[in-house]
Amino acid sequence: MRKTTYDQAASEALMEEFRRDDKTVHLGTDIPADLREEFGEARIRQTPIAESSFVGAAIGLAGSGFRPVVNVRMATFGFVAMDQFVNQAAKITYMFGGQAKFPIVYRMTVGASKSFAAQHSISPYSMYMNVPGLKIILPATPYDMKGLLKTAVRDNNPVISFEHMGLGDIEGEVPEDEYLIPFGEAVIRRKGTDVTVVALAKMMYEALAAAEELAKKGISVEVIDPRTLIPLDRETIKESVKRTGRFVVVDEACITAGAAAELTALVVEDPEVFKRLKSAPRRVCGLDIPIPYSPPMEKYALPDCGNIISAIEQVMKNK
Amino acid sequence: MINNQEELLRLYKIMLTIRRFEERVIIDYQSGAIPGIVHSYIGQEAVATGVCTNLRQDDRIISNHRGHGHCIAKGADLNRMMAEIYGRKTGYCKGKGGSMHIADFKIGMLGANGIVAGGLPISAGAALAAQLEGGDKIAVVFFGDGATNEGEFHEVLNLASIWKLPLIFACENNGYGVNTPVKYATGLDHVSERATGGYGIPGVVVDGNDVIAVHEAAKKTVADVRAGKGPVFLEFMTYRWRGHYEAPGLADLRPAYELENWKTKCPILAFERRLLKDRAAEKQTLKDINAQVMQEIQHAVDYALASPLPAPEDALEDVYSA
Repeated sequence: MRKTTYDQAASEALMEEFRRDDKTVHLGTDIPADLREEFGEARIRQTPIAESSFVGAAIGLAGSGFRPVVNVRMATFGFVAMDQFVNQAAKITYMFGGQAKFPIVYRMTVGASKSFAAQHSISPYSMYMNVPGLKIILPATPYDMKGLLKTAVRDNNPVISFEHMGLGDIEGEVPEDEYLIPFGEAVIRRKGTDVTVVALAKMMYEALAAAEELAKKGISVEVIDPRTLIPLDRETIKESVKRTGRFVVVDEACITAGAAAELTALVVEDPEVFKRLKSAPRRVCGLDIPIPYSPPMEKYALPDCGNIISAIEQVMKNK
Repeated sequence: MINNQEELLRLYKIMLTIRRFEERVIIDYQSGAIPGIVHSYIGQEAVATGVCTNLRQDDRIISNHRGHGHCIAKGADLNRMMAEIYGRKTGYCKGKGGSMHIADFKIGMLGANGIVAGGLPISAGAALAAQLEGGDKIAVVFFGDGATNEGEFHEVLNLASIWKLPLIFACENNGYGVNTPVKYATGLDHVSERATGGYGIPGVVVDGNDVIAVHEAAKKTVADVRAGKGPVFLEFMTYRWRGHYEAPGLADLRPAYELENWKTKCPILAFERRLLKDRAAEKQTLKDINAQVMQEIQHAVDYALASPLPAPEDALEDVYSA
């Protein structure tokens, strides 16, 4: 099959959806050249660096029958517009009793790994997960990026696409033919029988490397990528843990009150899953510090394959 | 000037409907029949009325926390408004929004907003939608003087200016952001200076208690904005008669003489006097309109009271759209 990068997959998704629906509009400080060339300045609109204005303008566009896609760029810049995300976009459907639809895609770059330091590196999924009314996608492969982003553009709700800064250049198989990926469907990246590892975004690759390593020691690791956090495919995760009896969750966001905590609660709160647990679940997450600049410190702040292997060996101690 | 008697009486009736609606909301709030927070529009009726009577149904407005007047003037249904404020299932938002979140997208009322300046970015999007649609629709955003210190306000003035959006900034300068005087909070006598000075948006200061002045200013502005001349800032000087919101024992730090002074400039009484002086209406006609308005308000309350409360689990619906 043909290969593209993560970034190319996103471009293709938007190009296809903008051709399909002339109510789509693009807002952002960057101009995607291919979209601008085909659809012009009016629809592919460059904005000043004024996040509140364009994050909010997308809401007004959506409420008026348009389907905006907003490139917020770094997730850290998104915080400048938190009133519009939290008080407005997330709540407006509900507050108005569902009388209007607000189809919006907000794209934001998350993660760390490039020595961008604290104000350009963060993985704030759980902050948004705590705000009902938003959907959250977290594509980790070019295939998922294209399929999920296309679904996001067609969804009738505000969808945040968290895209990892370290994945832009990775290549993967992407079919020529059109496809969509429904929200709320996790994918099992590797089958295993001893332990279930749920890994988010770029951590999925670290988890796969850990699984490969541990296979040599006779430990069979199942790796699950939820792909979307809201909605979340609870069943696939719970079914897997029921089979393996062991659970590790990996996320590079800070450990305190992160998505990993929510996923752990999901596993231990279900009595049917809980009684099959052979050992206490473990979280492998980023340290509770702002992301530092210097490479040795940045690397130290983030979980990696080695941390995942240690955690899996811990949960395997109780046979 | 409006020479048409029918149009004059229409303005009168809308202003009176807002006043009577708000008076009834206060009474029913105080009795405990209305469960939650309400911000009264009494004293500012001429602004919503004079602006919205120049709009078409397909023009879009965005309102703020003090939004009942804007809803009524844009043509919202009193029954569904009252039912919403009463927290009933038949309300505009099925009881999920209450006073601060009334919306009626079918008549271009894209929602009141509980966050000061929070509606401004949304209005930029509504105006951009109108521009992209290519017709002559416009958008109007209502906000107070207090909103002019928020960052969102400045971002949207800039965006409207550079994109020449068909957007009217309808600022109701009632002298105070809660209890903070506008002069203290901005250092300006007129906040429209921010639009003219900083963003190249024409600004006009209007007597917000004179419904004819408001109507005339809005009429010209609406025509200009429809014609694609870009955004305009209208600053309406007015005063709210009640505290920031209704609450027992709410501290109102404004000097008492101010209210007494502004009450002598009541927009409704002033308009009544003018109608009678110009022989545009008989006393009896105005009385009849008042009786009709009272009946409509009573009907709205009856409708609300006859409507069921939502079931607790109705709270789970409408978080997401299908």
